[in-house]
Amino acid sequence: MSKHILIVDDSASVRQMVEATLKTASYAVTAARDGAEAFELCKGKVFDFVLTDQNMPNMDGLTLIKSLRGLATYSKTPIVVLTTEASDAMKTQGRAAGATGWMVKPFEPAKLLEVAKKVMG
Amino acid sequence: MSIDMKQFHSVFFEESQEHLDEMEHLLLEIDIVNPESEQLNTIFRAAHSIKGGAGIFGFDGLVSVTHVMESLMDKIRQGKMGINADLVDLFLTSVDMLKSILTSYRNNAEIDWAGANRLTELLESATIEKTAKKTKAKPKNKAVKEESFGFFSDPVIGTSDAYGFFEDIDQKQQEDYGFFEPLSQASEPDSRSEETSLASSIFNSQSSVSVSAIATTTSSTKTKAAESTESSSIRVDVSKVDQLINLVGEIVITQSMMNLLGKSIEGSLGEKYQSISAELERNTREIQEAVMSIRMLPVSFVFNRFPRVVRDLSQKLNKSIDLVIEGGETELDKGLTERLVDPLTHLVRNSIDHGIESSDSRIAQGKTPTGKVTLRAAQQGGSIVISITDDGAGLNREKILQKAREKNIPVSDNPPDSEVWRLIFAAGFSTADQVTDVSGRGVGMDVVKRNVQSLGGRIDIDSVAGKGSTFTIRLPLTLAIVDGMGVSVGTQTFIIPLVNIIESMQPAEKDIKTLVGDDQLLMVRDQYWPILPLHKSMQIEPDFTEVHKGIAVLIETNKHKFALFVDALVGQQQVVIKSLEQHYKRVQGVAGATIMGDGSVALILDVESLGLNVSQKSYNYLDKVS
Repeated sequence: MSKHILIVDDSASVRQMVEATLKTASYAVTAARDGAEAFELCKGKVFDFVLTDQNMPNMDGLTLIKSLRGLATYSKTPIVVLTTEASDAMKTQGRAAGATGWMVKPFEPAKLLEVAKKVMG
Repeated sequence: MSIDMKQFHSVFFEESQEHLDEMEHLLLEIDIVNPESEQLNTIFRAAHSIKGGAGIFGFDGLVSVTHVMESLMDKIRQGKMGINADLVDLFLTSVDMLKSILTSYRNNAEIDWAGANRLTELLESATIEKTAKKTKAKPKNKAVKEESFGFFSDPVIGTSDAYGFFEDIDQKQQEDYGFFEPLSQASEPDSRSEETSLASSIFNSQSSVSVSAIATTTSSTKTKAAESTESSSIRVDVSKVDQLINLVGEIVITQSMMNLLGKSIEGSLGEKYQSISAELERNTREIQEAVMSIRMLPVSFVFNRFPRVVRDLSQKLNKSIDLVIEGGETELDKGLTERLVDPLTHLVRNSIDHGIESSDSRIAQGKTPTGKVTLRAAQQGGSIVISITDDGAGLNREKILQKAREKNIPVSDNPPDSEVWRLIFAAGFSTADQVTDVSGRGVGMDVVKRNVQSLGGRIDIDSVAGKGSTFTIRLPLTLAIVDGMGVSVGTQTFIIPLVNIIESMQPAEKDIKTLVGDDQLLMVRDQYWPILPLHKSMQIEPDFTEVHKGIAVLIETNKHKFALFVDALVGQQQVVIKSLEQHYKRVQGVAGATIMGDGSVALILDVESLGLNVSQKSYNYLDKVS
């Protein structure tokens, strides 16, 4: 069964692009518009990988990660946060929230697949 | 990797446009002294989103400006720096610049790099000024190149290749992403991962309070989120919706044919058929209404641009003006909202430029120094009424009359106010003493009137000297449906658009005057109207050939005024316009066709072109009389 990835971004164009890219590698993809919507989805289903933007309305990426880590089902799921900066402060916050890793936006489609492959094997 | 990025561009353009509109809207609303943090956050996120998408899709012209805007706004929302009117102006200029760059990308046009760079510098210097010694945010492009992802398994953060993914990761991947924790597939316990998991478990227990705090905040925001999901929308190509509307139109026709057929079935089978048919009819009508509503947009899509227009213009003219917007939620066909922008902009500019007086002059008249312009929309029956009201000087009767005479525009003696006001719609008319660059370029009100009429609407003026003016635009709910009056001639039914009808009457024989030849005139309240028998234009057999036995419908169009002579009135109704030209060639005097409730076809009259049939003789006579 193909791995199921949840992508979370408030930008429709980014969602579509990420979704299309991941589908070329035969991943199943579900998209959510913000952290709150993603969290609701995650309560009902365990995804193999969550890729989330940081800046979003309703619930931001780090809050989503913290909330997900509070669910027993998501204690080990790889979660990567998309960020426009790779500053130390961001990394400290990301680590503290429980993120598996980070990825800088903008990115090339190839890079995205590389990360997906890395975290899910 | 064969992903064609172009396919995402149009979505990116649309969402960026929305972000920019929202930013503009919020910037105009923001209270400089005490800004709401949610407003600041939203502006920040909008800039951030545009930057992110622009970076991914390679629209570099948008990146630098949004980047600096974002970091400026970040400082402001964190309270590290204040906001003031100059900054809001700068942000608004930036929004304008971004809009123009976005349009350039949309149209594959040249990007104004110099402008973008200039603005970036301005924004950067604002950042430096305000944050004093705080170093300005460096463009992150460099950082992006250095490392663009990472895994947090390396406990050491802060070095340039700040991630230690597991031992087995090769070097080049250290650049773009990183992992914080050992990845699950490599879960064999080593001392380090134990350490981290211990650290994280401690961390978890530490943060359990905050997690539950988050949980409560999310539960409060959850309802909000649920609501926003409820009212969430999808983007659909307009052509798909139009196709749907057309298909539903076909179903309506087919349904009414079946309905008619059912009436010829006798006995209990016929009864069953008819009850089913009635149900189908109801469902069809509901589908039709639902499909029509897809095209409806709140009129605020148009109204929302005006706070900016009013702000810029009042600054430029040094007038103090409050803009009040009412009924922005009123829905209107998308095709109409788009084409309303120009006429409304013109009217609002006119109100500000010509209507509202300067503060000094207002005070001298005992008015409030700040003028008020009200934009209002409301649905009234089958039409949408949009009005622009100002509490300014009102139209100047004498000046208009004088101007009209100068321009050789025909004016009757001592005309009523309503007729005087209508003069400003005449081609080439302008009341401004000087042509300003704000309004009055000579392409003024006549174009506004034509635009409104091309939408099937009409425009009226109310004005009281010293008190102000109101321009009222009446529009049909949608372009696909027209409010019409059904009239019959012989066995045929015709539909006259209601907007063109002044009144209908059964004329008295004494009011009808016959000219040499067969042409006739109808006297209504001391005014002659040329009579146009519809049966002659349509070349069909009428029930009546004498006008006083039938009905005269007084019709006024852009260029013509006449009394249309028909046999009888059938009744007022909304009809769905079907174009004839897909199937037949153009028929003079006919705008389209529609299916009536009984399944018969009725022609919708094009009264403008029918007016051409009014004989020149009648007009000559009318000129002589007046």
